[in-house]
Amino acid sequence: MENLPLEGALTATFVRSLLAHAHIAGIDATAAEALPNVQVITAADMDLGVFGPPPFPGLNAGMGRPLLAVDRVRFVGDIIAIVISDDRAAGVDAAELVAVDYDPLPAVVNPREAAQDEVLLFPEAGTNLAARTGSPEHDEKLFDGCDVVVSGTLVSQRMAPCPLEPRSAAAEVGPDGRVTAWLSTQTPHQDRMVLAGTLGLDPAQVRVVGPDVGGGFGAKMLNVEEVLVVWLARRLGRPVRWTETRSESMVALPHGRAQRLDFTLGGTKDGKVLAYRLESLQDAGAYPVLGAFLPNLTALMASGVYAIPRIEFEGRSVATNTTPISAFRGAGRPEASQAIERALDVFAAELGMDPAEVRRRNFIPKDAFPHTTVTHAVYDSGDYEGALELALRSVGYDELRDEQRRRREQGGATQLGIGISTYVEITNGIDETEFGEVEITPDGGAIVRTGSFSHGQGHETTFAMIAAERLGLPVEKVTVHKGDTDEIAKGTGTYGSKSTQIGGTAARLAADDVVEQAKKLVADYLEASPADIVLDPAAGRLHVAGDPSIALSWADLAARASADERLGELKAEHEFRAAATFPFGAHVAVVEVDTETGRVELLRLVAVDDAGTLINPLIAEGQVHGGVATGVAQALYENFVYDDDGNPLTDTFVGYAFPSAADLPSWEAVEMETPTPLNALGAKGIGESGTIGATPAVHNAVVDALAPFGVRNVDLPANGENVWRALQEAKA
Amino acid sequence: MTRIALTVNGSLCEADVEPRQLLAYFLRDQLGLKGTNVGCDTTSCGACTVLLDGESVKSCTVFAVQADGCEVTTVEGLAQGDELHPVQQAFHEQHALQCGYCTPGFVLATISLLKENPNPSEVEIRDALEGNLCRCTGYHNIVQAVQAAARAGA
Repeated sequence: MENLPLEGALTATFVRSLLAHAHIAGIDATAAEALPNVQVITAADMDLGVFGPPPFPGLNAGMGRPLLAVDRVRFVGDIIAIVISDDRAAGVDAAELVAVDYDPLPAVVNPREAAQDEVLLFPEAGTNLAARTGSPEHDEKLFDGCDVVVSGTLVSQRMAPCPLEPRSAAAEVGPDGRVTAWLSTQTPHQDRMVLAGTLGLDPAQVRVVGPDVGGGFGAKMLNVEEVLVVWLARRLGRPVRWTETRSESMVALPHGRAQRLDFTLGGTKDGKVLAYRLESLQDAGAYPVLGAFLPNLTALMASGVYAIPRIEFEGRSVATNTTPISAFRGAGRPEASQAIERALDVFAAELGMDPAEVRRRNFIPKDAFPHTTVTHAVYDSGDYEGALELALRSVGYDELRDEQRRRREQGGATQLGIGISTYVEITNGIDETEFGEVEITPDGGAIVRTGSFSHGQGHETTFAMIAAERLGLPVEKVTVHKGDTDEIAKGTGTYGSKSTQIGGTAARLAADDVVEQAKKLVADYLEASPADIVLDPAAGRLHVAGDPSIALSWADLAARASADERLGELKAEHEFRAAATFPFGAHVAVVEVDTETGRVELLRLVAVDDAGTLINPLIAEGQVHGGVATGVAQALYENFVYDDDGNPLTDTFVGYAFPSAADLPSWEAVEMETPTPLNALGAKGIGESGTIGATPAVHNAVVDALAPFGVRNVDLPANGENVWRALQEAKA
Repeated sequence: MTRIALTVNGSLCEADVEPRQLLAYFLRDQLGLKGTNVGCDTTSCGACTVLLDGESVKSCTVFAVQADGCEVTTVEGLAQGDELHPVQQAFHEQHALQCGYCTPGFVLATISLLKENPNPSEVEIRDALEGNLCRCTGYHNIVQAVQAAARAGA
């Protein structure tokens, strides 16, 4: 993204707050502006309103973010001023000379304290409560009939998304007055609408281009920085660019997770779960955005893969003096999975039952789909027990339990832990639409235009395969175009693992429409009836049914149609909308824990992930690998931490425990395909399932290793320190 | 400004640089070699890895003036025309990249590794690549690619 040549571009450098909560008494830019060609812009120079919160139902509308801080900063990283300079080095030099006079305010970092409303981030709102989910009313009889009731707490810790490419944005106003924004994004078309809305422009005056983007993971949705870059280009009449540093990105790019879940689960002594209660406290960060809304997804997915007759969910999202929380690989669903999978293991331990057996006794059966949970999720298709049995066979579960027993009897320091998670998640969670267009090119190849976006997921290959198969073209003859709002009529973009199931299906249906239109054209040329023309997909030729000798290849047809100026007839677009799908799977993790030091080593992770029909198994498996690594990173390593004053302690790659190859094993991914009936491909999403399945499996494995010591829980991340602490507490 | 002369991807080049100019930004901004990506500011991620006299270094932690008189190889210097370097070919075939941002660094670190240890074990590969971070692949296929490149005698 930063590779874009942009003649005469100015560089924007943001002056960010060093304090978590303060009044800004003054900003002195004199010394900075004394440097050659440096200009400093503050809120006083702007006439724009606040950014957000996004229009999700239930979000407190009084917690919008000024594009530049007005009077008050609310987290370390809040933007106070912008330095405009000729290049990056001059910008950094000048930013250091901008003197900000802060009057510190007490900071609130812990969401439980924030919920007390003693320190308010938005005094005019009168509360830190950003959103509510579910009902605060308790059913006193929820656990009636339960022989056993267990409870516990799962804190799904704050994570930094860490795409390897930090964000970058550039903008330029053309001679026609239209502005072009090049953004490191996942959602060019949505960005265009939000940019236009925030800047008071007609969307037709805004073009967004998403070039090659180096990862997103949910975090690269339009934010204040991109809006400011576009505003600056218009204001200054010069191209403007900005690329964040990693340390900047660690506090400025929204974080993920940060949800505390207090669970209570009850059931019969033979292992049947009857009731489940979840109380959620979501840390929304300083300016509530998507993260404040995500407990709604946690609530929707609370039941997991189990038929639970009674569920209560109560959620609150609160503002704190920390980096805002948004989507990160899984976005609300990992939290649901982590809670129910942990709760089920605590229940199993209380009953003295094998965790695999407890799961078997509670699965929604294979023949019960579509299945509506008591939390109103409509699961499309699944075979949860099949996934578990496949995972157990693949890992050699019985032999591992034998080995664990032997080690426990020998009583050595290094103990074995085996953890299971059986999960279901939701992709295309809010029943969205995606756009696809297919066009035959003059040489008889095809272009697929998609409103979906790829920042590493391989749409260029997968979508080309989908169209190539329907057209009967070699995949090399199909090119996928994406990410330019001037070329692609519309789009929703990429998040929530929805690309293939709706974007891929749109491309397929558009390709089918092109075939139908081609039949009409061929019929004209061969003087036949369109109804008699068929496509031979193996040969890529259209011919009269029953007589393959009278045929036109795509190249013949395109050449002839070009000459007749009828090539435009070989083009079709399709918008596909469908309900959400529910990928599922079973993960089994094997860990070794040194019970003297707390050191944890992940030995194996078997991942059965079923995302319906796979288009490209290699790419799908790659998604599983990366997803699993992120899930393991949450289980064992990463945790974004603040001190009590709101100073980030893990805001570089030195302090933040992003795992390297040396920290992780190879993965054992096992394919399983249960198609969805909801689209022609039979495909569900695969981008986040690995993450959702892996964390609870590894977490449960660590606790399992420590069971003989009386340990029932280890806080996430289950690293050496937290394991050691759990052991000490159990001994006490 | 300081005058430096170095060989980059086989071509001799001379340039005036600020003493504080980092090699990574010299390659990117002054020579236009944009394949060297910058992913962090603490020498942690390895995206900017290049070869300096044949050994892998993180070019964000080398001043351009330190490369004076040296030979630098960036990812742009690996392919022979349309023919990818065997390590690049192995990354391609093993689907060892998704977004691709970390890939030039991993490829150059792998070349350096295989020069020192032509037949590394999985553990040796993982340890040797500890200084390169990837968020997309979970490293699995990267390790496979290094093994494939080793088999191919890269």
